[in-house]
Amino acid sequence: MKNPITGLNKVFDNRIRLGVMSILLVNEEVNFNDLKQMLEVTDGNLATHLVNLEENGYIKVHKGFIGKKTNTTYAVTKSGEKAFTDHITALENMIKGIK
Amino acid sequence: MSEHNQPTDSLKDIRDIRQLMERSSRFISLSGLSGVAAGLFALAGAAIARYILFKNYYTAYDERGGYSDTAFATLKLQLLGLAAAVFAAAFMAAFYFTWRKSSNEGTSLWNPTSRRLMWNMLIPLAAGALFILGMLQYNDWRFVAPACLIFYGLALVNASKYTLTDIRYLGYCEIVLGLINMQWVGKGLYFWAIGFGVLHIIYGISMWWKYERKAA
Repeated sequence: MKNPITGLNKVFDNRIRLGVMSILLVNEEVNFNDLKQMLEVTDGNLATHLVNLEENGYIKVHKGFIGKKTNTTYAVTKSGEKAFTDHITALENMIKGIK
Repeated sequence: MSEHNQPTDSLKDIRDIRQLMERSSRFISLSGLSGVAAGLFALAGAAIARYILFKNYYTAYDERGGYSDTAFATLKLQLLGLAAAVFAAAFMAAFYFTWRKSSNEGTSLWNPTSRRLMWNMLIPLAAGALFILGMLQYNDWRFVAPACLIFYGLALVNASKYTLTDIRYLGYCEIVLGLINMQWVGKGLYFWAIGFGVLHIIYGISMWWKYERKAA
């Protein structure tokens, strides 16, 4: 029998990375402060996880300006969307398998 | 970090995902009490129009044996002022209760979801307002009340994608009411009072009952 755990993605083991992906999947573009507000995390913590997601190619970063202030926005990539939906499917299969 | 050897972990993950998707894409702090307050102001406004403004207007008819143009012009101006005052009062009351609810929940009132809700509500409302002002410009006041109801209903249906989905049904009711009103154009004030007063109060109470009763 295939081990259901193999379908899970290590990157989404972390709650913050899981949260970022959940938000980006239903919103076209979200900036850093809005992510921080919705996930209730500190700057440094969020930044680390965003870098991790970007290095995995799951999100793309767009650096812009509003006046003189930087406004960095994040959006999900095609491969990120696929990885995340695969992960959710694996989670669902696990729950079904237990029942 | 979870190891995912427990089914409860997976369940919790899915619950978190769903909650974040919901909370990040919809503004759910809209309070039912906002609807009740807006409805009460609308009813008060309709009563002032019916029992004070129109009464003065008909008294003028008795004295002169006919409506003068100036009396009609004054009435129109008074009604327009009253409508603006009711709208401002209802908006402020709605804002207050929603602000109170969101601060109780510890969420901010000005976030991406509320901005999106405002914008999507504003498009049909602004179009409706300009359309109605245009009708008044050509002295066609018969369809003002139906147009108010229909455009407001469309605004609610549009807004329902960005807030509590229940508001869609309020939108449907307003649209239907506006269309029925087309057949009884002389009774605009009564339809207006039902649509903006009674329906708001019913909607507000049922929303409060459904979502806020436990918290209060």
